[in-house]
Order: sequence, then C-alpha cells, then structure tokens
Amino acid sequence: MTGAPPRIVLAKLGFDGHDRGLKIVARILRDAGMEVVYLGLRQTPEGVAAVAEQEDADAVGISMHNASHLTLGPAMVEALRALGLATPVVVGGIVPADDAETLRAAGVAAVLGPGASAPEVVAAVRRVAVPDDG
Amino acid sequence: MSPSPSPGPAALLRVARGGDRRAVARLITLVERGGDTALEIAGLLPAADDAGHVIGITGAPGAGKSSLTGRLLACLADAGRTPAVLAVDPSSPLTGGAILGDRVRMDGFAAGAFVRSMATRGQQGGLAFAVPATTRLLAHLGFDPVIVETTGVGQVEVDIASAADTTVLVTSPGWGDAVQANKAGLLELADVLVVNKADRPGARDARRDLELMLDLGHISGLEARAGRRPEIVLTVATTGDGVPELLAAADAHRASLAAGDGLVARRRRGRRLELAATLERSLRALVDTAMDTPAGRRVLADVEAGTMSPADACAVLLAGMGPQPPRGA
Ligand SMILES: Nc1nc2c(ncn2[C@@H]2O[C@H](COP(=O)(O)OP(=O)(O)OP(=O)(O)O)[C@@H](O)[C@H]2O)c(=O)[nH]1
Ligand SMILES: [Mg+2]
Repeated sequence: MTGAPPRIVLAKLGFDGHDRGLKIVARILRDAGMEVVYLGLRQTPEGVAAVAEQEDADAVGISMHNASHLTLGPAMVEALRALGLATPVVVGGIVPADDAETLRAAGVAAVLGPGASAPEVVAAVRRVAVPDDG
Repeated sequence: MSPSPSPGPAALLRVARGGDRRAVARLITLVERGGDTALEIAGLLPAADDAGHVIGITGAPGAGKSSLTGRLLACLADAGRTPAVLAVDPSSPLTGGAILGDRVRMDGFAAGAFVRSMATRGQQGGLAFAVPATTRLLAHLGFDPVIVETTGVGQVEVDIASAADTTVLVTSPGWGDAVQANKAGLLELADVLVVNKADRPGARDARRDLELMLDLGHISGLEARAGRRPEIVLTVATTGDGVPELLAAADAHRASLAAGDGLVARRRRGRRLELAATLERSLRALVDTAMDTPAGRRVLADVEAGTMSPADACAVLLAGMGPQPPRGA
C-alpha cells in the first residue's frame, strides 16, 4: 500500500536542557502529515539508534545546541550503521557552513540551520525520508 | 543508498524468530500498512492458540499510562521476561500526522524491551486498526507479555477490551476519573483498576469511589455477569511504588482466565470484534469510492444545498452501490 506517512525519530543529543526548538520541529513535521516519534532531551546516539531500529524509522532528526555537532552528528550516523541501518540522519542547529560540509562528508543526509523555515524543514525531511515500499 | 531487494514476509519472519529486531520492526511496518502483504503475514502465523498475554493499558489523557508501562518494563526485566510494548497515540484527522510521545515517558526503563509507537491513522476507539494483528505477531515471536497502551480516552468507547486478555484502567485522584470512567462504561471493561499518582492527595478517596462503583455493580448483578470483581491497585509511577503489585494483579487475572474457559472466550470475542472492524473499514472504503463519482458528488451537492434529504441521498447512493456481483464473477 502506498501513502503510509514517513516515520521520523526526533531527539536532542547531549546534555543541554532546552527542548523548545525540538518541540517546534516535531509540530512542523506532524502538521506536514508525518509520524514523529518524539524522544526529547538527553539522548545518546546508541539509544536513538536502538529506537530507530524498533520504530523502523524512515529518518532520524537530531539537534544539539552546544557546538558538539561535529562529534555527535557523525556518532549518530555510526551508531545507526553499527546496527545495519541505512536510516538517513538530519542534523538541525547552529552549524557553520564549513561544518555542514564536514557533516555531509561523514554521512549526514541533510543539515538545517537555526533560520530554516517550516517549509524548508519539511522539504529537507521529505527528501531524505522515503518510506521504502519493500 | 542502493535499493537492495527487501526480503519477503516469510524470510523476514524466519529472521525475526531468530531474534532480529530489525526484522520484527519491518514486519510491524508491513502489518501496519495493510493490504496483501499484511494478509500474507497473518497467514504465516499459526492459527489460534492460547499462548501469550496481551495486557491493555487504558485511561484518561495524562493518567500515567506510559510512565506505568515503563515501570512495568523494569519489573518484567527483573523477572527475566521479554516484554514488548505497542504504544498508540492519535493521528491528526486533518493532516494524518502524529506526535508519538509515549515512549519518551518509558525512557530509562525500556532497555532490552521492544517498544513500538503506532498512530491511530483514522481509527476510532483508542487503538490503531493494526493493533490486533501486531499483538498476535509479537506474541508469536515470544514477547511476553505484550503491553498495549491506548490513546488517552475518557468519554469515548474503547476497543482495548477486545484486543487484550487483561485490561488495566488507569485513573488518578482528584480529576473525577472514576466518575468519567463509569459514565463511559470503561469500568465494566476493566480487569484491574489502578489509582495512579497515589502520592497526590485524594488517592484514598479515589479508591473509595471505585469501590463504591464496584459495589453497585455487585448489587446490579453486573459483577456476576462479568464473573469477577476487578482488583484495585494504588501506584506511583514516578517512583515505581505499587507497580510489582500491578504486575501481580495482571498475571493473576491471566491465570484466572486460563483456569476456566475465560481466555478462549476473550479471544473469540476479540476475533469477532476484529471481523466487525474489518467489515466496517471495507464498507467505508466502498462508500468513499461511491462518493467519489460524478453521481456521488451530485447527490452530495444536493444534500449540501438542502434540496435532498440525507435519508433520500443515502437510498440513492446505496441503490447505486449494489447489488454487488457475486465473488469470483
Ligand atoms: N505525581 C505523579 N505524577 C505522575 C505519576 N505518574 C505519572 N505522572 C506524571 O503525569 C504526567 C503524564 O504521565 P504519562 O505517563 O505521560 O501519562 P499517559 O497516561 O501516558 O498520557 P497520554 O499517553 O498522553 O494519555 C507526566 O508528567 C508524569 O510524570 C505519579 O504516580 N505521580
Ligand atoms: Mg502515554
């Protein structure tokens, strides 16, 4: 059957304590017709990967606002691959252009800056999160 | 990504039986999408047996269903059991999207368990259409128990009692949950009653309210018909107090069912209601198709304009839909 909504796992990695941005993204994706598994704050790449496996997620969206994206972004990709999952990773947050390149080189599927509009967020997630019809 | 040919249901099921969680997750996705693949998977599972234990957790929004489920997972892990959870949250009727926020409340307790979030995708009654097929799959794969958390329910009919062997109704003090639950007929469906948030004032009153309503059921004869008076358990999901007692009550209920013909009767009722739900869904699809024709749109316009009564429109549409050709014709 076609038309199943994309399933997105959304989490914030690391230890800082604001989830306002993540909640807004969850709402944006929901209102665009996606199913969002909301994990909230203080998650680890390994924990999120285990959830993505159980939820058969079509994409993982992560944010972190403490300049740790260069370690946590690639770590998220690696944690998924370690489970044999090809799930695309979208990174959101304050990421300088150079770093965005580095993240993409490390296998991150898309990077969204803090200024990304709702349609931009939706478009980026839609582009990478294609429910496979296997 | 290279589009590797994805394994078929039979191959997935073989791998899933070996404990591969990715295969389990994939199978659930296929069951959830419905259609021929879902039927194929259902056909691969053994016919009715009385193995497994499906525990339904229902109650008002915010009563503590997910927090309790998380604590139950910890208890079950301590007991060396391998539980699975199916956590249902509502889809937006407008966009079809959903925020599945149950498992975040199980965080920290779910390690080792298999937890799957599921959106209702247009189904009423606090569950998703795919719940019965998914619980059967999970029970077949050896998960024990399979816990189903419904959406938050209050004054609506809930279907959980037909999808679970043991239905746990979660209430909390001070919100009149017990009264609401009684109104909605939820109390009649419950096998175990929980007063959660027992750390808050009013927990004893809430228990007394429940006892009173059960007493009324005793007097009215409902209890005799149900065959059993549900146990009441006080819990604090945030600390885990009372949760071992809740698990014991659910297990005891399962044992009492199995001791008589209760389990068989439950599962028969479950299948009967599943048939009704499947029929309803198919009829709705027929209706949607009929409405999406020039004739259907004409009738709809007349009804909207007030020039045709809904009853007349219904007769016209039904006449246009049937009689259906016999099967195989
Ligand atoms: N004080 C207190 N708070 C609790 C208790 N159990 C749950 N809560 C809080 O109640 C809120 C709702 O808990 P959940 O477990 O999400 O409730 P739920 O019934 O799953 O909610 P929905 O799935 O949205 O219907 C959370 O803030 C919990 O921390 C309890 O025993 N005592
Ligand atoms: Mg919940």
